[in-house]
This record gives sequence, C-alpha cells and structure tokens, in this order.
Amino acid sequence: MRVELTVNGEPQVADDVWEGESLLYVLRERLGLPGAKNACEQGECGSCTVYLDGTVVCACLVAAGQAEGAEVVTVEGLADGDALDPVQRAFLDAGAVQCGFCTPGLVVAVHDLLARTPDPAEADVREALAGNLCRCTGYEHILAAVRLAAERGGEGRS
Amino acid sequence: MTTDIERVTGTALDRVEGRDKVTGLARYAYEYPADDIAYVVPVPAAIARGTITGIDPGDALAVPGVLTVLSFRNAPPLAGNDPELRIFSSDRVSYRGQMVAAVVADTLEAAAEAARLVHVGYDAEPHDVLLRPDHPEAYVPEKVNPSFPAVSEQGDVEAALGDAAVTVDTTYTTPAYHNNAMEPHATLAVWSGDRLTAYDSNQGSSTARDMLAAAFGLEPGQVRVVSPHVGGGFGSKGTPRPQIVLAALAARAVGRPAKVALTRQHMFAVTGYRTPSIQRVRLGADASGRMTALAHEVEEQTSTLKEFAEQTAVPSRMMYAAPNRLTTHRVVALDVATPSWMRAPGECPGMYALESAMDELAVACGLDPIELRVRNEPEEDPESGLPWSSRNVVACLREGAAWFGWAGRDPAPGVRRDGRWLVGTGVAASTYPARRRPSEATARATADGRFTVRIAAADIGTGSRTALTQIAADALGVPPERVDVRIGDSALPTASLAGGSMGTASWGSAVAMACVRLRERLDGAGGEVPEDGIEARYDTADDIKADAAYARHAFGAQFAEVRVDPGTGEIRVPRLLGVFAAGRIINAKTARSQFIGGMTMGLAMALLEESVPDAEFGGFLNHDLAQYHVPANADVANIDARWIEEDDPHLNPMGSKGIGEIGIVGTAAAIGNAVHHATGVRFRDLPIRPDRVLDRAPQIGGRNL
Ligand code: FES
Ligand code: FES
Repeated sequence: MRVELTVNGEPQVADDVWEGESLLYVLRERLGLPGAKNACEQGECGSCTVYLDGTVVCACLVAAGQAEGAEVVTVEGLADGDALDPVQRAFLDAGAVQCGFCTPGLVVAVHDLLARTPDPAEADVREALAGNLCRCTGYEHILAAVRLAAERGGEGRS
Repeated sequence: MTTDIERVTGTALDRVEGRDKVTGLARYAYEYPADDIAYVVPVPAAIARGTITGIDPGDALAVPGVLTVLSFRNAPPLAGNDPELRIFSSDRVSYRGQMVAAVVADTLEAAAEAARLVHVGYDAEPHDVLLRPDHPEAYVPEKVNPSFPAVSEQGDVEAALGDAAVTVDTTYTTPAYHNNAMEPHATLAVWSGDRLTAYDSNQGSSTARDMLAAAFGLEPGQVRVVSPHVGGGFGSKGTPRPQIVLAALAARAVGRPAKVALTRQHMFAVTGYRTPSIQRVRLGADASGRMTALAHEVEEQTSTLKEFAEQTAVPSRMMYAAPNRLTTHRVVALDVATPSWMRAPGECPGMYALESAMDELAVACGLDPIELRVRNEPEEDPESGLPWSSRNVVACLREGAAWFGWAGRDPAPGVRRDGRWLVGTGVAASTYPARRRPSEATARATADGRFTVRIAAADIGTGSRTALTQIAADALGVPPERVDVRIGDSALPTASLAGGSMGTASWGSAVAMACVRLRERLDGAGGEVPEDGIEARYDTADDIKADAAYARHAFGAQFAEVRVDPGTGEIRVPRLLGVFAAGRIINAKTARSQFIGGMTMGLAMALLEESVPDAEFGGFLNHDLAQYHVPANADVANIDARWIEEDDPHLNPMGSKGIGEIGIVGTAAAIGNAVHHATGVRFRDLPIRPDRVLDRAPQIGGRNL
C-alpha cells in the first residue's frame, strides 16, 4: 500500500508498504530517518518515541497505515537549523548522553513533557519518562537535563 | 602553537559527538546507506542439544522476495578460532537459539516470514542447562579469564580456619545476567570483489576486522570494519558476535550488500551473558578481626562449544591480607550458549560474595565493617608480593563514611522502622585492575592550524572520543576545539578493544605519545606546518613491555541505604554513594556518568535483574525487555558518585585508571549488607526479589517492632 504523511514538516510518500509494517520501519528504512531507534520493537524501551499528530508514541507500536495523513515529528525535526532545541542543549550540558541510543526517544519525550508542563515536579518527570530505558547513564544526568531545560525555559536554544 | 593554556584533562568538556547524538544524526551500524540492500533474518535452534536431521527450505524459498536460505547444507565452511562464529559449520546443535539457518530476502518482512517457514528437523538429545552445586561434570579449568591460574593457594587455609577465633562459612549464588546494551547487535556487510566492509556494532574495530578476516580466510588488509558510534556493549560486543559473520556470508551469497540486526529476543541467545555462580566463602579471623584465612571457591558454567571460565575468585587474591588463602574455580560445560564478558567479569560477582562475607565477619567480630576492612589492609599485593602502584581503598571508605553520614551508625540489625519500612545501611569495597594494552596512533598537524588524531579506538558510550580529544589537546598544548579525533574504523592505526576498563589508558597512551612526538617535530621545524602537513606515529608496544612491576588497581567504597517492606517484600534504595580512587579523572562529566551507570547496573544486579534458564526447553525463559528487568528511572532514586584525587606515577602518561567497570563492583554487596542491617536476615541469593523477602518474613525481626 501507499502511505502519505508529513514528517518534520515535509510531505513524504512511502510506496509498497506492507500492511504489518510499523511507522518506525517506514521512518528508518524507507524515509532515511534513522534518528528514532529500534531497541526492542515491543513498546518496552521508548527508543523509538516520536510525535504522531502532537502525541508522543512508540513508533514501533504504530502500524504504518495508522500514520496515513498524519503529522510526524522525529528527533531530527526538533533543532532549528544549527540551533539545538533547548532540550537537546540541556542533554548535552548535563552530560545526559552516553552511547546515545536511548537519547532520541528521551529527547522527544522530554520535549513533549515540557511543552505540556513547563515546570514539572519530579514525579511528573519520572512519570513522563517511565517508558524510556537507558542502560548507560543510570538516569541521574537525564533527570538533571530535564531540570536544566525546565529552568531555562525556552531560552536554551543554541 | 600555544603552550601556556590551561590543561583540559580533568575538566568537564562536553561530549564531542554529543551534538550528533541529541539531533539523531549519529549513524549506528544498521543505519548506513547502501544500494540494493538485502535483509537477513536468522533461524534459531528450537532444541538445546542434538543433531539437525534435515533442513527444508522449500516453503521459505516460495515466499516472494526471498533470495536464499543459508544453513550448514550450503554455507561455505568458515575458519577462525571462535566456534560461536563458525555458524552453519555442522549439523550439531549446542544450545537453544543457536543460529541454524538464515533467510536472505529483498525485504525484512519477507525474510522474517520465510524464517518461520524454514522447516528444521532435529534429533534431540537429553540436555542439561542448570548449574547446580557439586555438579558431577564440574572440572577445574586450566585457566580463568583471561589467563589467570584457576587455583591459588598460600599457607594452610584449613588449619588456619580450624584455629581461628571467629569464622564465617557461607555460600552465595548469583544468577545469569544479560548485558542488554540498548543497541541490538547489527551489521551491514558490503563486498567489493574480495574486499569486505562491515558497518558493525562492536567494542573494537581492529579486533572485529581480524576475526572477520580469519573467518573468511582473508588478509586483515582485505577487511574494513566501520563502527564510529556504538549503542553500548558492556562486554557483549567485545568479541565479535555471529551477526557480523552472518551478514558477510549473506552478502557474498546474494552478491549484494546485506544487513542484519538481531532482535532483542535473539540477543539473549547469541550475544553472551554473565555466568551464574555458586560461591563459597570461608573467612577466619582472630578476636580483633585480623584475618588469618580466606577461602573463595567458585562453581560456574561454560558451554560445550568453547570454554569461558570467569575469574570470579580472582579479586580474593589481592583484596585483603590473610596469610592462609585458597581460591578455586570449577566449571561445568552445559548445553548453553557460551557465557562471556559482562561489565567487570570476575570482580563484579566475586566481590559481591567476598564483600558480603566481610560484612558477616564484621557482625561476627562485633566490629564496624569499615574498621574490619581497615584492619585487613595488605601492605603489598598478597599473592604476587608486588608493591601497589597506589591503593586508596581506606581513603574511599573514610571519606565516603563522612559524606554518607556513617558515623554513629547503630550496628543492631532489624531495629529501625519508618512506617511500613525497615531501614538499614550497608557498605562494601570495590576494586578493578588498571591495565593497558598496546595500541598505535597518529597525530597530524595541518596548515590550517588544526590537528587530527587517528586511532582505531571505540566509543561505545564511555566518552573515550572526548577523553582522547582532551588528552591530545594537552599533549599538543592547544585548545580541544582544534583537535579532531578519528576513531571507530579499522582503517585507522590498530588499537586494542574497549574492554577491561583499558580503553582510555591504552589509547590515551598512544595518542599522548604521538602528540608529544608531533610537537617535537613541529618544534624541530621551527613551529611551521608545511603545506602538506606533518605527522607523527607512536606504537606503545615497547613501552608496555617495559612497564615496571606493580600491582595496579582502582579502588572504591560503596554505601547504600535501603528500605524494606516486610509486608510486600519490596526493597527501595533511597541513597547510593560510590567513592572511587581511580587515578586522574580525565573528564569529570563523562566519568561521573560512567560511575553512576555502573552503580545502577549493580543495584539492578542486587534487586532486579536475572536471566532464568529454561530447564525444559533450554535457553532462557525471560528473553525480552518486558520480562528481563533493565532498571527504569522508577527503580533508582539518589545515586551519587565522587572520587578522590590520586596521583599515581606508575600507570600511563595520563596517570589514569579505567573507570568503566569499577562502578558495578561492590554495589550489590553494599545493598545486600544494608538489607541485612534493615531486616536482620541475610539474603545470599541474588537478586533479592520480593518473593524471597516474603519467604523469610517470619524471621524478619522488624515485623514485630
Ligand atoms: S523500540 Fe519501540 S519501545 Fe522499544
Ligand atoms: S545513553 Fe546508552 S542507553 Fe542511554
């Protein structure tokens, strides 16, 4: 089947999509956008987190057909040219990145959290990131990055 | 060239590839583009032991888009010395999940669908996948990983135990654990004539190149392995895994680039794991707590394919003074995949047992556990007699005690209650060897005022690319912004792999010396960089051969506070503090993250993680992230890591010790000791699951508080 969708503001068309294919597969294998990662393919790790019509989802659990006509935003779509999004900047500054495989999903999840709740309580942060696994960092620096991004508000763009 | 700028090692320089990672632009193995890629899906063995009687690929080949089905029937024989990599070489099945065939197809879905339709006939034999005490097939291996003797003996341990005023004789068990790096093992293989390029997820591109060349009977120069970004490894990507060979086989078979990414489920079968262990520890001490005897006897598993014997009792050879000492390892070859390296093999499980037993000895002697350790500090390495290059475990214990608020701790177990929680604290020591391996590097100055350093090092998330940038900048005397470090490609000067916490020490030595040489050359040329640049090369092999004889180890102390709910069996860890003495810390930001990441894995080892063998069918019962509990943020509260400045001139040009592994060493013991302090009950089998707590609830003193 053919799937037409908008990704990071660009109209995209994927042809010969198999009915069982995931949005994650379409993004990574067909549209050349491997930013969202595949670490479990069963909704357990959050590495594949993207926006689907403004809501964050595990792209591995979304069938490609469900994304027909949708607006998708991936980690590749957050920076404004060379200027990092404040969340990306905070992840760098706080040292919240090691291997980077969980990072795209976490950055999108935190971006969504702060868009909804600019000044989140610790419990809000933990809840929002409950589905994102990081094997490297032990979360301390990720939580610090969220606090940093929240403190800076929209000012951390660089 | 400036020489009066501030040193950049020791500062918290931002990760140099961080920008690529937060924007999603960093490319991992599976993500490289190539024309006309074929997809590969392996078929796992459905039995744990036996012979393949037939492979019927007919239905699989009938799936549209399928190009070929590979198996021992048609795959060319592979060479090399790792039987786990000689896939499809015989009709034998050695463990459940072993690759027995693979489908190559135009699309992933065709390959996956067809993989289910490859009909494999088996003649199954009875299997044995359970490690158990006194297994009749257990034997003493010739050596333990990597090349330690399996047994060591000093004095007369039995006599000393018989004479000791205080003794402890306990047995601890640890389960199998899986590394579970977030990036699944993946390879894209591209042949060009008889030259092979593999974009691969590994911990050392030089090592992967050599193994791949050996497998296909090629010269190393015919193979290139490219791995600039790797999504974690923790040991599981230290030796190449079968997917790299499979991708190369498939690409050759279909005459197209081919790629494979293991599923999370299949990773549990073919990417290594930490062996389960049964560890008996006997300690003898005089009435003042001075140890006279230490015996650490380990049983663990290996596979029938090849022997991997973890060096679990090895830390007991150097950690404490005790004139009478015995360490032994016995392994049993089961119908399982070969266990392998997982973060701090040896030290991690071994120090869990030793440091738990030390806590039991402290209780038996009526001594503070820190004081007991201080009393048993060895002047020199007890077994080798070598002097320590530096040993600051006591400083870590003392400083940590002050930071943690240890003073005035009531040693009585099971007496502190806060609502439904029983509260306790525990401590354990940490150690990990500080070694380095030969590596080569080049450093080049170009006329635009920039410098390029080349070395086939790996950054699996550790921050080595950043640390090497800092090391080079200091050795050159220039700001780090003018240094480009190229790593993760076997076409670069040959380097050791990222393992044994040796990466930065090994590569940094080569980088620092190449940069020093380059600076000498530049000085010789009057500081002028010629139009076509100027380069220096350094190989550390001779330096390392000439390293003076010292016992080189990093040390640490871990402190835990736990809360145990005896009604539900739940255990929380509100506070975890690690204090480490690991030489000079090169990057404060990435180092802290390494320590905390290791401690988090240690917490999970104590309470959450466990790979459960499937006795009936082989393999592991829990084999995905839904059932194998990698810690989530809800599982960790406040974890802090600090370090003591250590000036050790006997290490390497940077004065650094490795930091990737010591963070996991001792954590589980500190938590287990704190659980005893909270409850008055010793749990000697990891992980300390709620059901295990509930099983012993009647013994928990605090229930009736
Ligand atoms: S890959 Fe989608 S949740 Fe893990
Ligand atoms: S940085 Fe490696 S998994 Fe999070």
